[in-house]
Amino acid sequence: MATSTTAPDADRREPRAGSPARGPVRRPRGPRRSLLPYLLLAPAVVLELAVHVVPMAVGVWMSLLELTQFHIRDWSTAPFVGFENYRATLDLNSAAGKELLHSFWVTLAYSLLSVGFAWLLGISAAVVLQRPFRGRALLRALFLTPYALPVYAAVITWSFLLQRDTGLVNHVLVDQLGLLNDRPFWLIGDNSFASLLVVSVWRNWPFAFLCLMAGLQNVPGELYEAAAIDGAGFWRRLRSVTLPMLRPVNLVLLLVLFLWTFNDFNTPFVLFGGSAPEQADLISIHIYRSSFKTWDFGSGSAMSVALLLFLLVVSAGYLLITNRRRDDHA
Amino acid sequence: MRETAGERWGRRIVLTLLALFVVIPLYVMVTSAAKPLQDVQNGFTWWPSRPTLQPFVDMWSTVPLARYLVNSLVVSSIAAVCSVAVAIFAAFAVSRYRFRGRGVFSVTVLSTQMFPGILFLLPLFLIYVNLGNATGIELYASRTGLVITYLTFSLPFSIWMLVGYFDSIPRGLDEAAQVDGAGPLRTLFQVILPAAVPGVVAVTVYAFMTAWGEVLFASVMTDEGSRTLAVGLQGYSTQFNVYWNQIMAASLVVSIPVVVGFLALQRYFVAGLTAGAVK
Repeated sequence: MATSTTAPDADRREPRAGSPARGPVRRPRGPRRSLLPYLLLAPAVVLELAVHVVPMAVGVWMSLLELTQFHIRDWSTAPFVGFENYRATLDLNSAAGKELLHSFWVTLAYSLLSVGFAWLLGISAAVVLQRPFRGRALLRALFLTPYALPVYAAVITWSFLLQRDTGLVNHVLVDQLGLLNDRPFWLIGDNSFASLLVVSVWRNWPFAFLCLMAGLQNVPGELYEAAAIDGAGFWRRLRSVTLPMLRPVNLVLLLVLFLWTFNDFNTPFVLFGGSAPEQADLISIHIYRSSFKTWDFGSGSAMSVALLLFLLVVSAGYLLITNRRRDDHA
Repeated sequence: MRETAGERWGRRIVLTLLALFVVIPLYVMVTSAAKPLQDVQNGFTWWPSRPTLQPFVDMWSTVPLARYLVNSLVVSSIAAVCSVAVAIFAAFAVSRYRFRGRGVFSVTVLSTQMFPGILFLLPLFLIYVNLGNATGIELYASRTGLVITYLTFSLPFSIWMLVGYFDSIPRGLDEAAQVDGAGPLRTLFQVILPAAVPGVVAVTVYAFMTAWGEVLFASVMTDEGSRTLAVGLQGYSTQFNVYWNQIMAASLVVSIPVVVGFLALQRYFVAGLTAGAVK
């Protein structure tokens, strides 16, 4: 482990990069030293390449092939069809295109609503837990529990609550409160979207809470004291101190949550099984179904690539807008 | 700064509503795990008619839960340890060196987190299947394939959080070690890592949780022998019966280790998120 013990200490204390070599003798040290960070990164880069970048390239290639069950064993034999898969799946006049568009709107509504509610619950909890009081640590741990639970355990529990005949929701609504006469279905039909949304908010809001709590720790207490001296009430302090100070956290948090929710596969898959009801047919389930039920991997890949492009455009746009606003404020 | 009466009541109401929202499903999970089968078949009850621990006994024989548990444990532990080992070196490089491509690396690594899992699923499925056919290396339907996949899933976030922890360790410590003649790796292992132990443990738990909870790849890339809990729990719904009490018992058992680990380390997650997200 003790590398190059003979080198003089003065050499080590030099700035790490960019400083021009002072003599011909030291010149070889520069490149060797600057190689180290790359060696340290190499394992991470190789793994990311192998499991993320290469498959992504393969995915793009697959989307240009007619890749059905006949070619899965050896996909080099699959015929090249160019943009045919894109044309077939994205053509909004075809049945497949209409289904995809429907899925897209469902997913967009699901993501925006889920992120909105998760943020709202997260900020409420973070703000009211800012001040120390008895039981605060306990509540904080409790609020984080849904995030710590494995997704399948959490969603299976929800699917039990939402069962028509044996679930808690109908028991409370119909048997105990008498609000409804019929026992509604929650996991099929029109209610399935609302069910999916509630489960997703339950799972997501603790992450928002965690990030916002972390963000609030960076808000200096003097700001609140100054605001209080100026006579600012609760809402005024929230609007003028808390929210502006949380801005950097919110920017990252909202984008990350949106992307996670938009790509969410686990929640609908565990809640509904492989084929979600039409009202809650999220895009990732849609792609999964059209790929593995019909073994049409070419179309599945085309939809995945289109989804990725959409998300990249949204992220880039979001980052551009928020960065420009940040510059305006500075 | 005094709290007004209105604020106090507002706080109580908000906290009560949030606590109820969180607790009710957890309560149902726990109490239903102690119900006899007829309780979960004939309409909902708030309390077991006759509390029993039988579901915790029966759940092992209804599905091969022990095998799924071992598979999940092996896959998640190996993936977590490998992921953190790789992340430590990468985070050390990003935190302590200025080099060409540093920004690109950080952005690329983070953005892979944002890509839809379904995007990798189809190509990885085909690559694993074809690699198996061509070379005999069985990655499809094997625990090795899952380990490799999962360790890269947690890698980006692990690197991100570790960079945060490492950045918070004063550079003066590095420099002191270097004056004493320590090379970069010795500085990492003898100075930075010991100071970052809580962070490293928190990141390991995070990586473990990621693998423990993954559903999509587990349901496509496993067979009966390599199946993990994520898929295995679906086995309690048979054609004739849904053993809700056993499902709840099994869910409880698979949740406890990760929930305990997470809650014990939540302080360090908050610290890591602050360091990573805010800067």
